[in-house]
Amino acid sequence: MSEDATHKPPPGDGEVPPGTTGDEFSIAQSNALVPLLVMFALTALVIFWIIVRAEPVVSPEGAVANKAYGPGDFPQIFGEDTVLAGLEQDAAKQGAQAFAVSAPPFTEGIFPCSQCHADIPPNPERRPLPEMHSDIVLHHDEQNRWCLDCHDATNRDQLRSASGALIPFTESYRLCGQCHGTQYRDWRSGVHGKRVGFWNGPKRYLLCVHCHNPHSPRFASLKPLPPPVRPQFLRAEDAAAAGGTAHAAEDPGEEHAAHAR
Amino acid sequence: MPVDDSSRDAGRDETGSDPVGLSRRQFLTAVGVAAAGVLAGCSPETREAFLQKYFRELSPEELELRAARLRTAVHARFGKDVQMSTLAAQPGVSFAYALDLSRCIGCRRCVYACVKENNQSRHPQIQWIRVLEMAKSKGIDFKDANPYYDPEKVPDPHHFYLPVACQHCRTPPCTKVCPVGATWTDPDGIVVIDYDWCIGCRCCMSACPYGARHFNWTTPHLDGAELNPDMHVLGNRPRPRGVVEKCTFCVHRARKGRYPACVEICPVGARKFGNLIDPEGELSIILREKRVFVLKAELNTEPRFYYFYGI
Repeated sequence: MSEDATHKPPPGDGEVPPGTTGDEFSIAQSNALVPLLVMFALTALVIFWIIVRAEPVVSPEGAVANKAYGPGDFPQIFGEDTVLAGLEQDAAKQGAQAFAVSAPPFTEGIFPCSQCHADIPPNPERRPLPEMHSDIVLHHDEQNRWCLDCHDATNRDQLRSASGALIPFTESYRLCGQCHGTQYRDWRSGVHGKRVGFWNGPKRYLLCVHCHNPHSPRFASLKPLPPPVRPQFLRAEDAAAAGGTAHAAEDPGEEHAAHAR
Repeated sequence: MPVDDSSRDAGRDETGSDPVGLSRRQFLTAVGVAAAGVLAGCSPETREAFLQKYFRELSPEELELRAARLRTAVHARFGKDVQMSTLAAQPGVSFAYALDLSRCIGCRRCVYACVKENNQSRHPQIQWIRVLEMAKSKGIDFKDANPYYDPEKVPDPHHFYLPVACQHCRTPPCTKVCPVGATWTDPDGIVVIDYDWCIGCRCCMSACPYGARHFNWTTPHLDGAELNPDMHVLGNRPRPRGVVEKCTFCVHRARKGRYPACVEICPVGARKFGNLIDPEGELSIILREKRVFVLKAELNTEPRFYYFYGI
């Protein structure tokens, strides 16, 4: 503790002996620093405010960008659990075939094919398909393949393997497995594709064609479900939700404490 | 400074009783008898709640009592009758999970199916699964991973997607740090939490290297209509405020033999679940035949959650 130090006049107080320029320089410098420091502090405050207290960002469409979506917002995806009911039906059928699979995903009213094709002579020529099948664009080894390589020319309600054996649509995995052997092996053991049901009991398989359009097999892209709410918006989103709905009534004394961090 | 003892004992006579006429022994006996009387008078469920025992030391009868109390509590809170399973781990079962990174398209169906199945809080939002978008040019790189991606369509050709939830480690750092033993590994490998025992200190959250644990900062809000009534004591029953929660491999489904909800919703079949001990199960086949890795293997957490490339 030196009392001299505390009573010493601060530098740049005008008591500098004339002729020394060092302190004049520091006066000029500190004066220049004040507005800089103020600006810096203000900017920091503004940035801090934006980060901590920002309201949810409103997108051009007017929707709140950080709304907390739940499964209830997508009833078409998260409906009732129908797996068990289906499993029993499939288990009953399973005696006849090797795998319990879901029914083929036919377009409504298109099967049996023979209801139209009975009167149409088979045409093996490569051509744009008319009327009913105009939506089919072949993107599946299209250089080497055309309809009748997989569909049977005489029995229109069956598929046809490379050896000429008939394969029903319900067992189309046998047709696909001719070329895609590794996928077929993985599918049978449950590694490729989806199985639902019991990990230690009956399971239901999906056919290859439930996920892969046989005429254009690459998996179709999907719209992703909404992203999670960013932490800095959780509190604002929660308050908005609690204000507008029954959530607030459930727990009126509830403090929406700082769960942003 | 000397203490004047006489002033403190001024109101007492030689027997040590105070002016009210009650000795310390008499007072404590009376309090004890009153407390025992109150406890004996209330319902067995209330008694169970008050004299709560550690979950792993409960006898089967006490476990049933616990389940009954929790069922009543859920009914009081949501006005809905629910099943509260207490099913323990089956012998000869060692669960594991595998996720095919070459298939996952990042559609987030699993995230919301999990929220629905496990009764997570809708407000504030809690999600057990986090899908990370990573650039193919960088590989698995948590520093630049983006969980907030929202393009029109997935998959993006320049990115791949890595969903992360609880990895159910064989040497879990989270259970090691819990000061009260509220989280532990069950014999079938599922890391569970007893929400009644958790004190909310969040040590496990900071110990978890995968960010898999989530904290209920407020009482979780969800509608009774959206409540999944198929519950497990250690799983998806509604949580109180101030406890930690996380993925349990859908313990209420898995112990009954069913696949977890995320497995059954996945539109590309990237999610695989099964018993490691079954040599014909999909998990054994994947570990035998595919290129498998675990996240942050250098931490020696030995996860039961494997990632693999199915192609």
